[in-house]
Amino acid sequence: MIGAGEFWSLTLALGLGTFLIRFSFLGLLGGRQLPDWLLLHLKYVGVAVFPALIVPAVLWPAATGGETEAPRVIAALLAVAVGLRFGPVGAITAGLATLYAAQALL
Amino acid sequence: MPPPRHPFRAGFRDCLPFVLIVIPFSTLFGVVARDAGLDLLQVMSMSVIVIAGASQFTALALLQDGAPVFVALLAALAVNLRMAMYSAALVPHLGAASKGARALAAYLMVDQSFAVAVRRYEDSPDMTLSQKLRYYFGCMAVVCPIWYGCTLAGALMGQAIPASLSLDFAVPVCFIALLAPLLRSLPHLLAALVSSVVTIGFAWLPWNLGLPIAAIAAMIAGAQAELFLRRRAARRAECTA
Repeated sequence: MIGAGEFWSLTLALGLGTFLIRFSFLGLLGGRQLPDWLLLHLKYVGVAVFPALIVPAVLWPAATGGETEAPRVIAALLAVAVGLRFGPVGAITAGLATLYAAQALL
Repeated sequence: MPPPRHPFRAGFRDCLPFVLIVIPFSTLFGVVARDAGLDLLQVMSMSVIVIAGASQFTALALLQDGAPVFVALLAALAVNLRMAMYSAALVPHLGAASKGARALAAYLMVDQSFAVAVRRYEDSPDMTLSQKLRYYFGCMAVVCPIWYGCTLAGALMGQAIPASLSLDFAVPVCFIALLAPLLRSLPHLLAALVSSVVTIGFAWLPWNLGLPIAAIAAMIAGAQAELFLRRRAARRAECTA
């Protein structure tokens, strides 16, 4: 059971902290030109961050208690392959469909 | 690609596929939060105040495990640190907007709107600031109401959703759907590979610290690969000239 005091202090602090993270560069640097070397690195933010979120969630999911399960790994790999060719909807459909199929078969 | 004639509608349309992901993700948060013993007001407040699913799940899981508030807070903030990088990446596009517009864009910044908007801005470099802003808010007009609405639906449904549906898998699948369209050059592929390998190598670090390390390593790898390819192309051009 989560206490009300704990919950509200966490939620308010998390909300404020998250906003400050989101506002950080947009808020402070608005309108100013960023240096070329930084712009070059920022092009890769998306491809740098998403794999770091995907890999642990696929290999060690909380739902299985951190155990690696073959259906999840297969479904993730297929979602990437289909996503490369057919875009976001393809990735989502292939990922979830493969997971259910693999869970049913394996 | 020319700038969209109706940027708000274009953003709305381009983000529509993510409805398939935001619905299960936010519904799941509602279910899980009620399951953890939060009341309806608490569940909704968290989704409205924070709007960052991955960190909400993290904070909730840690509190439920009996972790101290500051540990749950630090872990959840670490999960959100990636958005400092999104914030920086949006400066060249939205940096000249008014303070109010930037604050609203910051509050609404989520993985989907960031990935879809930046991709569009790069495809249509002639977009004006006003078009870019309208496109961004068009994206969020899809994601945000569904985020609130489905959190509420999940909180009301409670435990009606069976765990065998593995809805938690919607989270990584969502990130894969965001990642795949970005993998469009060799340096992008290399960066994604470096990020995956470094994430596995640093998985033992506490509080998601592996994430910022992997992301920075991957950005350097992508940038260096691009510079290398540019230098090689320049040398070839010199040889043929």
